[in-house]
Amino acid sequence: MSAVDTHVATSAPNPARVAPASPLSSGRLLKRLQRQLVAALWAAGSIGTIIGIWEFAAAMGWADPLLMPAPHVFLGNWSEQLHFFDMANTIGSNGEGGSWLAVISVVLWTSMRVLVGLLLGFVASLAVGLLIRYNLTLGKLALPAVTMFAPISPVAWLPVAVFLFGIGNKPAIFMVFIAIFFVMVIATLAQIDDVPKAYIHVARIMGASKRQVFRSVILPAILPGLFVTLRINLFAAWMVVLIAEAAGVGSGLGQIVMMARNTFNASLVFFTMTLIGLSGFIFDQALRLIQRRMLWWIDSGAAGGK
Amino acid sequence: MQDNHIPQAIECRGVAKIWDTDGEPFVALQDINFDVKAGEFVVLLGPSGCGKSTLLYLLAGLEGTSRGEVLSEGVPITGTSPQRGMIFQEAALFPWLNIRDRAPLPGKSCREAALFPWLNIRDNVAFGLALQGMPKGQREQRALELLQRVGLNGFAHKRPSELSGGMRQRAAMARALALEPKVLMMDEPFAALDIQTRAKMQNYLLDLWRQSRASMLLVTHSIEEAIGLADRIVVFTARPGRIKTIVPVTLERPRNPRDPAFHALHDQLAELLADEVDRAFAEQEALGA
Repeated sequence: MSAVDTHVATSAPNPARVAPASPLSSGRLLKRLQRQLVAALWAAGSIGTIIGIWEFAAAMGWADPLLMPAPHVFLGNWSEQLHFFDMANTIGSNGEGGSWLAVISVVLWTSMRVLVGLLLGFVASLAVGLLIRYNLTLGKLALPAVTMFAPISPVAWLPVAVFLFGIGNKPAIFMVFIAIFFVMVIATLAQIDDVPKAYIHVARIMGASKRQVFRSVILPAILPGLFVTLRINLFAAWMVVLIAEAAGVGSGLGQIVMMARNTFNASLVFFTMTLIGLSGFIFDQALRLIQRRMLWWIDSGAAGGK
Repeated sequence: MQDNHIPQAIECRGVAKIWDTDGEPFVALQDINFDVKAGEFVVLLGPSGCGKSTLLYLLAGLEGTSRGEVLSEGVPITGTSPQRGMIFQEAALFPWLNIRDRAPLPGKSCREAALFPWLNIRDNVAFGLALQGMPKGQREQRALELLQRVGLNGFAHKRPSELSGGMRQRAAMARALALEPKVLMMDEPFAALDIQTRAKMQNYLLDLWRQSRASMLLVTHSIEEAIGLADRIVVFTARPGRIKTIVPVTLERPRNPRDPAFHALHDQLAELLADEVDRAFAEQEALGA
């Protein structure tokens, strides 16, 4: 046994036993803050460059202030834009708002639709994907249909959403759901087929039933990859929810954009676009955080970005 | 077979395995007849691609035979059983992993020894016990005992990726031993390790074998490894895999590679294998052309 013990001591990659969730030392914390600061500076620089070019073009008179108002215009006259945002999530209300609280509530309504749609889509596609691989007959029956539905643009589903759910939250959530569902089912299948066979063999040899293999091996093995797919589809979900809101829901950022178009209010268009961009960015950051916390075994190098 | 023969831990009776690749039969194994006695250490030695690993899959019950039958203690093997544990090689030999392995990703190492990256070492070891429905506290206790036995106490809460290759293989051994198998099969378990670690792991395996009294069935293409470990060495021919001969090893353990008898045996096996390796090469070149 002594030979073995020395082997442990020499081959341990990290003799200090650091628990995975150990607090960072102050030095490492400082380094991390520094890294984040640098990243934030680059982000500011990136947006600043766009604004700079835009402002320059406006100052030179290349951009029509009526059609393409410069950032300082559409961000500067926010107080005029605020009254287009309404607290109430009702159809046909406009001009009763007027506070940042109303803006936040509109953003939250839209975010809620994205979130619920994503959640339902994720769970449903995961369940359907697992079912297709679990039950061969069911899989053969369902797979051609899924593959046929997958390339249909979510926009084509818009009338269906209205036929089925009328107007309100439901069609918007349905649109987000449909935008990611079929793609995510196919992604789930690809992930399942990619699970290393050795994992499944190990479980089978240890006496796992088919159900146990799916629950204890395949599910944890595919979650990291699926989460990356979900993050990629997040932006698609944001695009689709705006279309749905523009068409059928009384509130939300999509409705505001539509109203801005109808009233020829370019400032409002760009103001709302800023809000949309910010919201999408925050969503992505949140998903990354969840991914890091909950799916710690993920290989971040292979996960399409950190 | 005779009616009054004593059932062995493992018996192969005229086993053949024929894969069907695009309608063309591919004979992986043919006329395999041998057995493994209770508590015996048998090594399957042969050139790459001779079907040694396929044989382990058949014995594990992961695949069915095309002809003949495999028996475990006299009972035909029809499916997997915790009685017949298996330790996998670095899973990198699977084709879909080889592509990824070109880039040195941190996740790659987790696949070694087929430990589950989403579980810490303790939970990996307790995995089989959890499948059998052992209560959480009890199985975690058992896992810690096993980790101690393989010299990994203190690593219970590590992730597989935080361990070295040798340590991962020991964790995989602990995981297999948790179910107290009567037969432990290993598919080139040390192929991915460096020479020094490999020698230590072989000693280690012998210790575990003596303690557990399980039958061992290890696949390798290393002659040194085969002589160092085996009671008997089953030498395979190149594709299609047949048994060329079975060589008993009677040297005292621990076996010293500098022992002249070790050398003599090494030469004998090398000669047996040389023809087969040549044949395997010729075939691979013909396939590649």
